[in-house]
Amino acid sequence: MKYSALALLKGALGANRNWPRQWRAAVPKPAYDAIIVGGGGHGLATAYYLAREHGLTNVAVVEKGWIGGGNVGRNTTIVRSNYLLPENSRFYELGMKLWEGLSKDLNYNVMFSQRGVLNLAHTPSQLDGFARRGNAMRLEGIDAELLDRDAVGDFVPHLDMSPAARFPIVGGLLQPRGGTARHDAVAWGYARAADALGVDIIENAPVTGFLREGERIVGVVTPRGEIRAAKVGLAVAGSTSEVMRLAGVEDLPIESHVLQAFVSEPLKPIIHTVVTFGAGHLYISQSDKGGLVFGGDIDGYNSYAQRGGLAVVRDVASLAVTMFPNLKRVRVLRNWGGIMDMSMDGSPIITKGPLPGLYLNAGWCYGGFKATPASGFCFAHTIARDEPHPENAAFTLDRFERGLVLDERGAGPVPQHH
Amino acid sequence: MLIPCPHCGPRESDEFTYIGDAERTPPALDAPEAVWTRYVFARRNPMGRHREYWQHTGCRAVLAVTRNTLTHEVEGCEIVGPHAATAAGAGE
Ligand SMILES: Cc1cc2nc3c(=O)[nH]c(=O)nc-3n(C[C@H](O)[C@H](O)[C@H](O)COP(=O)(O)OP(=O)(O)OC[C@H]3O[C@@H](n4cnc5c(N)ncnc54)[C@H](O)[C@@H]3O)c2cc1C
Ligand SMILES: [Zn+2]
Repeated sequence: MKYSALALLKGALGANRNWPRQWRAAVPKPAYDAIIVGGGGHGLATAYYLAREHGLTNVAVVEKGWIGGGNVGRNTTIVRSNYLLPENSRFYELGMKLWEGLSKDLNYNVMFSQRGVLNLAHTPSQLDGFARRGNAMRLEGIDAELLDRDAVGDFVPHLDMSPAARFPIVGGLLQPRGGTARHDAVAWGYARAADALGVDIIENAPVTGFLREGERIVGVVTPRGEIRAAKVGLAVAGSTSEVMRLAGVEDLPIESHVLQAFVSEPLKPIIHTVVTFGAGHLYISQSDKGGLVFGGDIDGYNSYAQRGGLAVVRDVASLAVTMFPNLKRVRVLRNWGGIMDMSMDGSPIITKGPLPGLYLNAGWCYGGFKATPASGFCFAHTIARDEPHPENAAFTLDRFERGLVLDERGAGPVPQHH
Repeated sequence: MLIPCPHCGPRESDEFTYIGDAERTPPALDAPEAVWTRYVFARRNPMGRHREYWQHTGCRAVLAVTRNTLTHEVEGCEIVGPHAATAAGAGE
């Protein structure tokens, strides 16, 4: 069924009782041309682009739990392409362009809102760094505006702009085309669109092992049976190390860490853009329902628990109030955590291998939601053509041993980059 | 999450700084490049029991903590480094 204004009207007249399922509850077939393990944003987008761009429709997405239960439904929904290194800029800008047409492509309102992403600078040297990054972006044809102190104050009225602030604001870097999207809608939209093209979405089917012929991976083992495929792509985010272990691959350049997110009680419109604090780590925006959506750093120690500690809650709350003193009495409605696949240089891996028949998509750190369309697009290309798309050619697994790491911050091999 | 510092007793984890994975040992300086690459970049990253270094901000001791990364249960905590030997009786 095609969604349209007319369909909405009909739905409303039927008291919204007659909407069809958005995707079939598929029963696994014995074999497919390709299997994608992990029904998060990246896995679903990959399946969609395999079908749409490469005509590969005999594809299954095999998901441990339910669609939207992983990080794709847990993130703070920020979308941007404000990177310094050309490899990252180009990849995330490909993503930005896909975001701009996504609701139409999927016939699903993903509520992509280009409300701007503003990074605050608190020292002149930080602002110089932002000027450099902004210039690098503009050289790649990406929008970037350097704002001085007054322009920041005009753009975000409730910020504490006083020169006596503990970390006075001296300016900022704005990407006007950045913004937010409704994360659940992205998962559901890709699932529905992939299903419509013939992809089987198989939920409640954790992969517990791999089928092998010698070195080659030829399928997966699940409680719902063995499923064979010539190509198996992995997009399991925080579970990457554990699932790869099942294939006998140990010691990836990845650690799993918990990142928390917070939502406040609903408020009247107060923050119309996305703002990030530059003298600590906090990012905040307001959802269309009025809740402030915000988050900060990972808790900082290896974790597979989808919940975090109070230290970060305290840290994030104090930073929010430092930026916006008028939020002092706002109550937090909910908070939760998701398990991040933190790569050792802060950049992702989208590659063929490391075993024949296997393809790997991982290492998204804090920032994989914005990558969803580009990640799916490039991973599908890599799987279908057995070679990378130009925009993911640098995201190899062997870049670490070849000295070709993509370390945006120049901060060395630590699993804490964002 | 409480970490039982041998000097100070059980303390809230945010009194400690996480240093990282303690399951790796630095290779010899002249070890092959592939061995060094593995040491610098590769992690076992297990779901479950993990040995890791933490430093207690209170007493400055560097500790090797054995912790479950899924349940956050701490199984063991010992002082490492040059003070390990003399610290054996520190808790008494
Ligand atoms: C709190 C938080 C805030 C974030 N904020 C942002 C942000 O503002 N902007 C941004 O760009 N990014 C953000 N991110 C990061 C982003 O959400 C992730 O990088 C991205 O969603 C990861 O890709 P995914 O959607 O495919 O992951 P997931 O949705 O986690 O998908 C992986 C799937 O694999 C499944 N799986 C695991 N093991 C198996 C198995 N054995 N068999 C089958 N399936 C399995 C899981 O159940 C899961 O559904 C945030 C993340 C968190 C947790
Ligand atoms: Zn101590």
